[in-house]
Amino acid sequence: MRLVVVGNGPVGQRLVDAVRERDSDRRWQITVLAEERYPAYDRVALTSYLGGRTAAELGVVPAGCYDDRDAVLHLGDPAAAIDRAARTVTTAAGRVVGYDALVLATGSAPFVPPLPGADLPGCFVYRTLDDLDAIRRCMAWARTGIVVGGGLLGLEAVGALHGMGLDTQVVEMAPRLMPVQVDEAGGHVLRRHIEALHVTVHTGTRTERIEPAGRGLRLVVAGGEPLEADLLVFSAGVRPRDALARDAGLARGPRGGVLVDAACRTADDAVYAVGECAAVDGMTYGLVAPGFAMAEVVADRLLGGPAQFPGADMSTKLKLLGVDVASFGDAHAATPGALELVYSDQVAGTYAKLVVTDDARVLLGGILVGDASAYASLRPLVGAELGGPPERLLLPAGLTGATPDLPAAAQVCSCHAVTRADLVTAIRTGGLRDVAAVKACTRAGTGCGSCVPLLKRVLTECGVTPSRALCEHFDHSRAELFDIVRVTGIRTFSQLVAAHGRGRGCDLCKPMVASILASLGGGPILAGEQAALQDTNDHFLANIQKDGTYSVVPRIPGGEITPERLIVIGEVARDFGLYTKITGGQRIDLFGARVEQLPAIWRRLTDAGMESGHAYGKALRTVKSCVGQTWCRYGVQDSTTLAIDLELRYRGLRAPHKLKGGVSGCARECAEARGKDFGIIATEAGWNLYLGGNGGFTPRHAELFAPDLDTGSLVRTLDRFLMYYVRTADRLQRTAAWIEAMDGGLDQLRRVIVDDVLGICADLDAAMAAHVASYRDEWADTLADPERVGRFVSFVNAPAEHDGGVAFVTERGQPRPARPGERVLIDLEVVRR
Amino acid sequence: MRWTGVCAYTALLPERGVCALVEGGQVAVFRLHDGSVRAVGNHDPASGVNVLSRGIVGTRGDVPTVASPLFKHVYDLTTGRCLDDGAYAVPVVPVRVRDGRVELGSAA
Ligand code: SRM
Ligand SMILES: Cc1cc2nc3c(=O)[nH]c(=O)nc-3n(C[C@H](O)[C@H](O)[C@H](O)COP(=O)(O)OP(=O)(O)OC[C@H]3O[C@@H](n4cnc5c(N)ncnc54)[C@H](O)[C@@H]3O)c2cc1C
Ligand code: SF4
Ligand code: FES
Repeated sequence: MRLVVVGNGPVGQRLVDAVRERDSDRRWQITVLAEERYPAYDRVALTSYLGGRTAAELGVVPAGCYDDRDAVLHLGDPAAAIDRAARTVTTAAGRVVGYDALVLATGSAPFVPPLPGADLPGCFVYRTLDDLDAIRRCMAWARTGIVVGGGLLGLEAVGALHGMGLDTQVVEMAPRLMPVQVDEAGGHVLRRHIEALHVTVHTGTRTERIEPAGRGLRLVVAGGEPLEADLLVFSAGVRPRDALARDAGLARGPRGGVLVDAACRTADDAVYAVGECAAVDGMTYGLVAPGFAMAEVVADRLLGGPAQFPGADMSTKLKLLGVDVASFGDAHAATPGALELVYSDQVAGTYAKLVVTDDARVLLGGILVGDASAYASLRPLVGAELGGPPERLLLPAGLTGATPDLPAAAQVCSCHAVTRADLVTAIRTGGLRDVAAVKACTRAGTGCGSCVPLLKRVLTECGVTPSRALCEHFDHSRAELFDIVRVTGIRTFSQLVAAHGRGRGCDLCKPMVASILASLGGGPILAGEQAALQDTNDHFLANIQKDGTYSVVPRIPGGEITPERLIVIGEVARDFGLYTKITGGQRIDLFGARVEQLPAIWRRLTDAGMESGHAYGKALRTVKSCVGQTWCRYGVQDSTTLAIDLELRYRGLRAPHKLKGGVSGCARECAEARGKDFGIIATEAGWNLYLGGNGGFTPRHAELFAPDLDTGSLVRTLDRFLMYYVRTADRLQRTAAWIEAMDGGLDQLRRVIVDDVLGICADLDAAMAAHVASYRDEWADTLADPERVGRFVSFVNAPAEHDGGVAFVTERGQPRPARPGERVLIDLEVVRR
Repeated sequence: MRWTGVCAYTALLPERGVCALVEGGQVAVFRLHDGSVRAVGNHDPASGVNVLSRGIVGTRGDVPTVASPLFKHVYDLTTGRCLDDGAYAVPVVPVRVRDGRVELGSAA
């Protein structure tokens, strides 16, 4: 018998597989007619094609499927007409194929709204590999893109354009994104997440027409400014491809689709329809899973079975642009009397809604945005008696015990909205052994990195002793590597990784080894091979900003500055067009410098006697001071002088993390010294020394280490404290965490650096003396070396050019980086000029 | 394939990148430890900024990589794929060294 399948999408292919599986005595000879050039591929994973997966990798046709004469596949030859009386299908190429059973699996087509200009070059749809190839060709020059349609597929297209580096905007007619899946409040949270990626979102916006604009397109919208972009993708829904069936006189569902019964059969016994083109009892399904279920039903029927389409769960959970979105059951509370419970965390950017029956006893559905980890446990509960108050389901799974101060629902990583419960689940289910695995699995810790210490803690609480290994290239901790370098005399990364590690390093171990080499007096941080180890901040001796420009912070020891230097800073800022701000560290930060401007900026600053403030380095930042005894009526010591002396003494010291100090002239503590790694507070008798404070992610007050020290003892104690820290702390471990992790804590520290129980104090003193003696200003050093100055260009082949991707707008009289929406306009101006 | 010279090979520091401007596009060019060169688009899709040439070059497993200096996404310099987030990738640009010059290829 002859089976003809029209369409070789995922569902058409599943039908062939399912028939082959069941039809062991080969009753059916199969002919598949396919419109596309490619054998069936995983359309759900289409976007990964832009990310580099090939058509072959996406393919879903089992090897050998069409090799034998029982099954043939005709690619690139769509069915053009069905003759039901003669039981034949005629293809576009004129092939005529007879059938005993015909299965339509033609899927659906993207809906392109009938707007003037919708067919202009630069307008695309997003459904097939060919569509993506066309988009990719346009990407070669396009910089900006618009997606029309903010539904599920629209946002997927947004993610793709954004991922390919386009400044992307999305235009949705409904008042919110993903109107079908999420409600208004959920849409709002989703929107905030997406805007945080610098994607511009226009909701409630109706497109009127599209016009050519230069090389790109202009989108005219109702009642608003027109939008412009180089390319446009329509993703305004899909329409079932039912034309073949319609022309053959078969009925269609109320909203289109080939009308079939629960056996997926049309009114003609020999004709079936499956997948997105089918309207089972009038209902179409835009997801792949129901289509697979239909394919199984038809395969069963073709072999005489009784299967019926069971209906399908339209629940969806996906990650769009890195944002979790899940919607299940009666998400919009359409059931009469349904109640809604909402839990929304504005800070974390999560939103959860549960829909329950009017007596709050049965779960009907829900929506989760930002954190959909509860989806797996909630969806199976739909329709079930809850047996308890529903609100307990809203909060992430209750994990009791371990650390009372870190509840399960606590957001451990605020960058990626990962809760402690998420982490515990990931660690347990994934058998995760270290921070890197936790990062890869949950994304926690991959944003600002502030939460990494907490990740370690959660790992420990889960019974995993995190490996001390820094990364895949070294099995050692930072302290061990420090000792290896110190003892062996190895002075290059290449030697170290060859002798004690593997591979060629990464962004974790290279800067760390560079820091160790620098702490051990390895010479200028940009000399020789060391240059390649530094991250961009140390490489350019400036801090990278979100738009790829840099900030410049001259050292202003103790916050004291002469009017002349202040004027020079002002002039430099003015002449180079830099945004200027007083920092939280009593100094001045100049933002928005391009790489090629840095040497000229430093030249002006160094000529006026200033030097690098190491705002970029894991090094001493500032020693904050108050005016102290010199001016203040309460001051009991000269806090400003001490702060300046200490800042100059420790400047340039490379450390596991940044270092900050403070000196206050009396117990009123105006310098906030106890919020610093080392804080000094003047007493009538001398100085109280406090150690281990910081602000930041986990603020801590420094603790009293020694009271009433004279200046000499104070400096000696500090020398040892800092050197011991530099030698033994972990990467990115500030002094507070280091002391906390030390067996015996502050008392042990006292035994080491005051009582010298380890007998290393002389060594520590000598190391600090060597540091102080060898300090050189890195800016001046770089300026003195023409070869190094030559590295400060944006383009190796066009030193006079600068990055066109950087654009500023003026706010409160100063420049700031342009936001994406503003960028489009600026770029257009540039093009017009 | 059309080849455009962008700089002398010696302008590349080992395991460091430079950026070249070709036909209005930015290409990050790297010299690896073994002396070979690799080139990918300079645009970091994760941060939306043109910075990849300023990242740290290294390896993950056997794969040569660069880590974006902004949010540290690591890209495979051979395939352009982001190894930390499958949603991202950068275009790989043909590159070769001829007579001591680094040349970038583009489809003619
Ligand atoms: C500019 C400034 C904010 C301002 O406008 O005032 C600032 C800006 C940055 N801070 Fe800060 N911090 C600034 C004062 C502070 C302070 C206040 C202070 O020093 O008294 C704190 C709290 C005190 C502390 O450090 O404990 C502070 C706690 C942090 C932290 C959290 C550290 C922690 O232990 O949790 C980070 C993240 C990090 O270093 O890993 C950070 C990191 C950063 C970075 C370096 C983030 C980055 O990598 O881009 C910012 C870049 C600075 C730049 O580009 O120049 N910044 N930062 C301040 C510069 C001070 C200076 O003159 O050097
Ligand atoms: C970017 C994207 C992301 C998606 N993400 C998800 C997701 O996360 N989850 C999910 O469940 N679903 C998702 N979908 C939907 C899913 O891909 C579809 O539900 C699924 O592909 C339907 O399979 P199908 O075989 O019925 O139709 P299709 O995949 O559309 O295949 C139909 C095939 O028939 C061919 N055809 C049409 N007419 C003829 C003719 N006359 N003659 C011969 N051949 C013809 C077409 O060219 C096509 O190749 C996504 C879709 C896209 C585009
Ligand atoms: S800390 Fe004491 S000495 Fe310093 S400014 Fe404040 S009150 Fe005056
Ligand atoms: S809080 Fe986790 S990476 Fe920023």
